[in-house]
Amino acid sequence: MTPTPLLDIHDLHVRVRHRGEQRTLVRDVSLSLDTAESIGLVGESGSGKSMTIKAAMRLLPPGATAEGQVEFGARDVLKLNRRDLSRYRSREVALIHQDPRAHINPTRTIAQFITEGVVHTGQMTKDEAVERACDLMADVGITDAQRRMRQFPHQLSGGLLQRVMIVAALLPSPRLIFADEPTTALDVTVQSDVMAILGERIRDRQVSMLFVTHDLDLAAAVTDRLAVMYAGTVVESGTSAEIYRRPLHPYTAGLLQSRPSTAEVRRPTAIPGRPVAAYEAGKGCPFAPRCSFTTDRCHTERPDRRTVEGRSVACHRVEEIADLLKEHAP
Amino acid sequence: MAVTLAAVGDVTRRRFAAMGRPALVASAVVAGALAVLAIIGPWIAPYDPDATDVLSSGQGPSARHLLGTDSLGRDILSRALAGARLSFAGPAVIVLISTVLGTALAIFSAWHGGWVDRMANRFLNVMFSVPGILVAVLSSAVFGAGFWAPVLALGVVYTPYMARAVRSVAIRERHQGYVESLQLAGMSSWRIGFRHLAPNVMPIVVAQGTYGFGTALADFAAVSFIGLGVQPPQAEWGVMVSDGRSELLDGALQQSLVAGTLIVVTVIAFNVLGAQLSTRSGGRR
Amino acid sequence: MKNSAPRREATSRNGTVRRFVTTILGAVATILAASLVIFAGLSVAPGDPVAQLLGAKATDQARANLRQDLGLDDPFLERYWHWLTGALHGDFGVSLTSRQDVTALIGPRLATTFLLVAMAALLVVLLGIGLGVIGGVGARGRAVVSALVGLGIAVPSFVAANALIGVFAVKLGWFPTYGSGDGFADRIWHLTLPAVALSIGYGAYVSQLTSAAVAEESEKEYVVTARGRGVPSGIVLRHHTLRNAIMPVLTASGLAVAGLVAGTVVVEQIFAIDGIGALLIRSITSKDYPVVTAVSLIIVIVFVLVTTVIDLIQVALDPRERAKS
Repeated sequence: MTPTPLLDIHDLHVRVRHRGEQRTLVRDVSLSLDTAESIGLVGESGSGKSMTIKAAMRLLPPGATAEGQVEFGARDVLKLNRRDLSRYRSREVALIHQDPRAHINPTRTIAQFITEGVVHTGQMTKDEAVERACDLMADVGITDAQRRMRQFPHQLSGGLLQRVMIVAALLPSPRLIFADEPTTALDVTVQSDVMAILGERIRDRQVSMLFVTHDLDLAAAVTDRLAVMYAGTVVESGTSAEIYRRPLHPYTAGLLQSRPSTAEVRRPTAIPGRPVAAYEAGKGCPFAPRCSFTTDRCHTERPDRRTVEGRSVACHRVEEIADLLKEHAP
Repeated sequence: MAVTLAAVGDVTRRRFAAMGRPALVASAVVAGALAVLAIIGPWIAPYDPDATDVLSSGQGPSARHLLGTDSLGRDILSRALAGARLSFAGPAVIVLISTVLGTALAIFSAWHGGWVDRMANRFLNVMFSVPGILVAVLSSAVFGAGFWAPVLALGVVYTPYMARAVRSVAIRERHQGYVESLQLAGMSSWRIGFRHLAPNVMPIVVAQGTYGFGTALADFAAVSFIGLGVQPPQAEWGVMVSDGRSELLDGALQQSLVAGTLIVVTVIAFNVLGAQLSTRSGGRR
Repeated sequence: MKNSAPRREATSRNGTVRRFVTTILGAVATILAASLVIFAGLSVAPGDPVAQLLGAKATDQARANLRQDLGLDDPFLERYWHWLTGALHGDFGVSLTSRQDVTALIGPRLATTFLLVAMAALLVVLLGIGLGVIGGVGARGRAVVSALVGLGIAVPSFVAANALIGVFAVKLGWFPTYGSGDGFADRIWHLTLPAVALSIGYGAYVSQLTSAAVAEESEKEYVVTARGRGVPSGIVLRHHTLRNAIMPVLTASGLAVAGLVAGTVVVEQIFAIDGIGALLIRSITSKDYPVVTAVSLIIVIVFVLVTTVIDLIQVALDPRERAKS
């Protein structure tokens, strides 16, 4: 018997009301995450990856609803009352957003931003919070913490602001961090710094991380396991190293091929067609219209997740095409 | 940036615009019906709107006088119908003046761009902060009370609203490829402006004009109400509210009620219609 | 990048000072321009002040002397300069009808008008912002507030005034129908209906703008951030939503107050309140141009003053505004 996971998402569905009709954005997603483990949730925009973590924090926009279970420490987050939800959000988990400039109130100081969460939820006094924050700022490589604390967001660069966001996330010592494309909005030159700092901090503190990104390379480099999402569902999940070495789902293989390689000179091959959202997918495999290995069955019957080589894959033809994919993989 | 009342109006407009198609139809029907009344009103009035009849003064609604009579015994329904014409003529001229001035100013400044546009914009911002009712009242002081003094003044006061709405569309059109190719083909600026820019800004002009009409009607009625616009005994809704003011003390509410309701309904209909048109014209998000 | 930060702070402080100075200079220029336009407009208006002051029986000699005294034959710019320097010392000349100093005529009426505007402003701000927040926070309140606001915006003050008089003064007898009252409590009692009539339209504007600003702010990413950190919703509302929505709300409220000052022209007339608005209309009717000039200039000054103060507060409050220069 394995120990109960820290976060256990079961059959999660997210639907949004659009002009009177219900549109599914996330379909039947299941994920589990152990303490100190990190999972990369990878997919193109519209694949439902951000919606998944928004649902797990009960931060869905108005008009969107979540069904299924999001169990954290044996309690269903989707059913928490107001007080417990506040406790969950303030102490157990933390969210690092994609665009720090939009997610930090421009009219308040850095100190007010960082300490707000812990002070208003009664975890620390203001002075304690400021002191701890200054220490953490040094940890994430922000010099001159005292002065930074008095500044306003517009006086800091994007990279610095994202470090500030990391400090704010770490301050209450959460057990799980949701990171929603934490480096996408940053300059290429500071992306790796910020990612390295985030990776180090969560390893040091034994914090779990659910890392959402469209960048498969990055996810494979910093996380233990990967879950690849397409059209609102997880099409393949397994350990990062294995997936990276030998993708089993054609979509995963396509993602790996579509990025430029630093190791060899070759033309990246884009996946033909455009990504679809869950509600746009027909009755067959949602990836079928873009897949080069389809049979009639792929267009008529949605594949279930199956365990293949210790991994979970949703594809009818895993066994038949595994070796073909291997040739395509880098 | 200087603060402007226009920004406040925009929000209301967006709210009205969000109400959708039924609101468009309803407001168009009401506004259209009122506009028709303004034209034919004096002809279908059952009585002479100015005919006094002391014997039947201050009566409540009856079969002879559907909406009752005022303190001079004039038929309120007839005065309301006849008054519609002047009540609508005022804002119509105001909108006409502001449209001509505003469109010309906007197309001119958008066409020249650069410092001309910047100066025009600054000028508009100053104009926005001018209290309309004060200008209308002072205009009556200078040119004498009556129909034209407040109408001319309000026409100028409403100009910046029209100019700003048109300017945004005109600037966008100005940089479209077709304008450049017409220029290259040797067409004169005036011709391009009138032949090609003007038709493109037409939808936003109509929308803004409709929206402004409601507000202009209320402002014009206000000036008449305080005695500096349309002069009694001529029938006009602002004048009627003013006449109704003195009858209130005798407990006779109907004249105030009739004229006041007409004003409010007209303003709402034109506000909603203007907002609906402006979202459909694509001039605003 | 990092070591340029202190310099940036210094320039932003300079920028703030510069923006303050230009804003104030702009306001002074606007007032001067308005005074010139008003003075010029009224000096070409029909009517002969000498005839008005002396009556028909005066001798030609007396007329000539008065023209001399009033400087009526001086060139226009000289007359304007004379009037302007006088106005700066608080001397707006003599009323043509009552022969009193214009300043003495205006003084006590200004107090009445000020009280009326203050009461209306209080209503505008309390009701406008209160309703606006209700309308902005929840979808349920939004429909009700929208309907109220759509109606409020369309009801002109003089129409509202008649309805209020008809119901609360005549039918119910709770308030007086006209007059300004004596003594503070009586004044408040007399000015209540006028203040309500005056505040409806602008109150609707303010609540419309407030609810839009609050609704827009509630969807901002940083509000989501705060909620995602478990910060109680009351604090999120206070620290983020309202704090950032305050600028447009302040702007609308300021403009509303400025508009109220101009609106007194109509409302004072309806309720026969002896303030500067009614004085303006009375003076226009009797062609008492020194009074007209003075009162309109005062209304313009108040208007410009209020809008300038809003501009300055905007610069002072928002660190982003301060950084722009």
